[in-house]
Amino acid sequence: MLSISNLGVTFTQYNQGLRRKQLTVITDLDLDVQSGEVVAVVGASGSGKSLLAHALLGILPKNAAISGTMRFQGEMLTPKRCQSLRGKAIALIPQSVGYLDPLMKVGAQVQRVAQLTGCSKAEAKTGVDRTFTRYDLPMNVRDRYPFQLSGGMARRVLVSTAVVTKAQLVIADEPTPGLHPDVVKETLSHLRELATEGRGVILITHDIEAALQIADRVAVFYAGTTVEIAAARDFHSGNLRHPYTQALWRSLPQNEFMPVPGNQPSPEQLPTGCLFSDRCPWVSEICDAERPQLRKVREGWVRCVHAKG
Amino acid sequence: MDMRVKPLLLFIVIFAAQKLLRLGLLLMAVAVFTFVLLSFSPIDPVKAYIGADMMQISPEQQVLIAERWGLDQPIGERFLDWLGQLVQGNLGTSLVFNQPVSEVIASRFQASLQMLAIAWLFSGLLGLALGITAGALQGRWPDRLIRFYAYTLASAPTFWVALLLLIIFAVSFKIAPVCCAAPPGVLSQNVTFWQRLHHLLLPAAALSIIGIANITLHTRQKLIDVLHSDYVLFARAQGESLWNIVRYHGFRNILLPAITLQFASLSELFGGSVLVEQVFAYPGLGEATVQAALRSDIPLLVGIVFFSALFVYTGNTLADLAYPVIDPRIRLGDSLT
Amino acid sequence: MTLIAPTRPDSPPLKQQNNRRQQTLTAIAIGGIFLLAIIVSPWILGDSGLGTMLPERNQPPSWGHPFGTDWLGRDMLRRSLHGLSLSLRVGLLAASVSALIGTGLGLVAGTVGGWVDAVIIWVIDVFFSLPHLVLLILIAFAVGGGTKGVIIAVALTHWTSLARVIRAEALQVSSADYVQLSRRLGKPSLWIARHHMVPHIVPQLLVGLILLFPHAILHEAALSFIGIGLSPHLPAIGIILAESMRHLSTGYWWLGVMPGLLLLLSVKAFDWLGENVRSLLDPKTSQG
Repeated sequence: MLSISNLGVTFTQYNQGLRRKQLTVITDLDLDVQSGEVVAVVGASGSGKSLLAHALLGILPKNAAISGTMRFQGEMLTPKRCQSLRGKAIALIPQSVGYLDPLMKVGAQVQRVAQLTGCSKAEAKTGVDRTFTRYDLPMNVRDRYPFQLSGGMARRVLVSTAVVTKAQLVIADEPTPGLHPDVVKETLSHLRELATEGRGVILITHDIEAALQIADRVAVFYAGTTVEIAAARDFHSGNLRHPYTQALWRSLPQNEFMPVPGNQPSPEQLPTGCLFSDRCPWVSEICDAERPQLRKVREGWVRCVHAKG
Repeated sequence: MDMRVKPLLLFIVIFAAQKLLRLGLLLMAVAVFTFVLLSFSPIDPVKAYIGADMMQISPEQQVLIAERWGLDQPIGERFLDWLGQLVQGNLGTSLVFNQPVSEVIASRFQASLQMLAIAWLFSGLLGLALGITAGALQGRWPDRLIRFYAYTLASAPTFWVALLLLIIFAVSFKIAPVCCAAPPGVLSQNVTFWQRLHHLLLPAAALSIIGIANITLHTRQKLIDVLHSDYVLFARAQGESLWNIVRYHGFRNILLPAITLQFASLSELFGGSVLVEQVFAYPGLGEATVQAALRSDIPLLVGIVFFSALFVYTGNTLADLAYPVIDPRIRLGDSLT
Repeated sequence: MTLIAPTRPDSPPLKQQNNRRQQTLTAIAIGGIFLLAIIVSPWILGDSGLGTMLPERNQPPSWGHPFGTDWLGRDMLRRSLHGLSLSLRVGLLAASVSALIGTGLGLVAGTVGGWVDAVIIWVIDVFFSLPHLVLLILIAFAVGGGTKGVIIAVALTHWTSLARVIRAEALQVSSADYVQLSRRLGKPSLWIARHHMVPHIVPQLLVGLILLFPHAILHEAALSFIGIGLSPHLPAIGIILAESMRHLSTGYWWLGVMPGLLLLLSVKAFDWLGENVRSLLDPKTSQG
């Protein structure tokens, strides 16, 4: 349904003295999503996860330039097509209630989302009723303002904004941080349901554990590039291909709880070779020479010359 | 959400008490400031009072006047005396108008009020419209045009803009009167509503043209902030068009700061009216301020200083009140689930 | 593999990369030279054209007299330049004094804190509670009017905004991690002030000062216009405009329009200068 290859995003900025500089925040990002599946996108902050969502929806800031290709349902995703698809075929579930208008009642906002897909006012209203009933949201929630929602309620309202649209591709941007474990579980199960209904779901998160609970496949981002795309079961079976993914897996509390040493390179000083080379235990001369290509290894994809089949 | 009457009432009482206390403190500060300023000033109050008749009054009589005014008392006592008079509402007698200061202010303010009200409404509405247009089209030519206009006006001297309007509409086209609040020679009770409005419009237009710049630029900036917010990003992700974003989210979210700013602009409006009334020889409170200063009418000047502080404070208080009325986060803040 | 997405925002060639920096520097130079030229113009032009020339009186603008002549036949361009130069100098002096007051009080409020801070904030609030022009009139009147009155009034009433800005900056810097660290490392306060405060506050001060000038100049002109400021014997720009009022009904529009236009231009030049210096020193406000 969706395939992204070699996506790059570059920002143009000015620093003190008005000197121009280019910041490449995403280099060589690859991802594909089939309908009916949940693909988790994991990575530390600054790895380009949220920007990917913004690029898909065509809502990057004006000083950003995109390169590479994005295809949706077989056709190229041009900025113009992004505009006509967003809110209809591609929907975003935002991070928090901060993404809702603070001065507009919740019901009106969800109804507005439904109307934007082309429904009449009455259809939109019944759509909201149906969705709110589905997620056990009492009717009086519609008359509340975003700040009056509890954590769990807020999550369900945010999921509702995607469900009323009937979009085939749903992008959930960091839906779980700071939530009560029960609410996390509930939110994740809602996302899984969406995939079961036949939609494609991209779950953007830095929480691997949460991702593994519902994801079919996991794409690992590092410094704006895709280092590995693995099946969810590969994590438990130790079938991981990239040293960064392995290190991430080991850093989980239930495993060795060992933090990955070092830091992500800043977009201002990206290494010329493999982006992970300065932290990699397997590093050799080839790694510094050029950026490795994404290649297929053991039924998964990896961007590392040392990964063996 | 059920409106609980009791807490609301309590809120109003506390709010009012707080505001009154602050007003008292403020007026006290203004009183101290004015008194210190005037008592260290080189202007001799007795001379200022007597004015042109100075030659006919002997030094002994001057001393007598000074004594009667308590000018021979120590400064602290004089201040308390003066303050006591003020608290009783006695602002003294205006030397220029030969009337109690409170009466002069009341009648003059009445004349100014209509002008101020027209200018206030007009500049607010037009400024809002221009600011929204410019902010929504940030960087495009309507924005550049509006910004150029606003920045130019912000740099233009108020009295010069008034002067230009006078030259264009009163002198060249002769469609507006050159001065005053009524046709010359007509008794004030015989002035018709249309005549009054006719004399009012040009000064009010001058005053609102000046006010528009500030409101336009602030509204524009606020709308740009809103357009960069997360909720507008989400609205764009839902496929909302720019004008609908402005309509559904922009307007709602800039209204509160716009109203606040509009009330807070009363201070500038008052200052502007001093200059505009001077240009149009419009007999309002602003013109009286200039008269008082030019002709050393200390009681009137002090009275106007107090009145203007009260005027500005009223504006700011109304702005504060706008928050709980408009913003549900404050109005319903305590009813979190 | 297809590479470039269909519409890739243009990235300018290398030659244009520092375009904005150059534009900004040019703008600052032009604005500065224009204002400097106005200020020194009386010394360059001398007193020629200011004498009474009755045969040439009341002439509309022409090549010989771009601003026309007045009722005594004096050249209005020269009068305006003289007047504006005087107004600018008075405004600059008053604004500089105001900036000193603002910086001093802002720094004290931001670094000492406690009740000193509270008192300074309260004084600022009291200043904001009166219409600016009323305050100016009151102070100018109380100190006896004239040139001295204008300078004192303008200097005493324009420091508040700058003091707020400097206070906020000082608060922010002194709570920053690296300053806290220096403090724990036992660096003396003066060292901290020199190495951490000054670099942050000087740019703010510079921009604040330049943006103060237009306000000060406009208020000087307004006070002179209503007759409380400079004496009629010193033809400041406000006086020239006030005089023009008497000749408006006779149709001599240029007496009021042209000097005002020059005043508007110079105020705009100051604004322009300030904005450009700000975007040079603080690109965050002008990220494109």
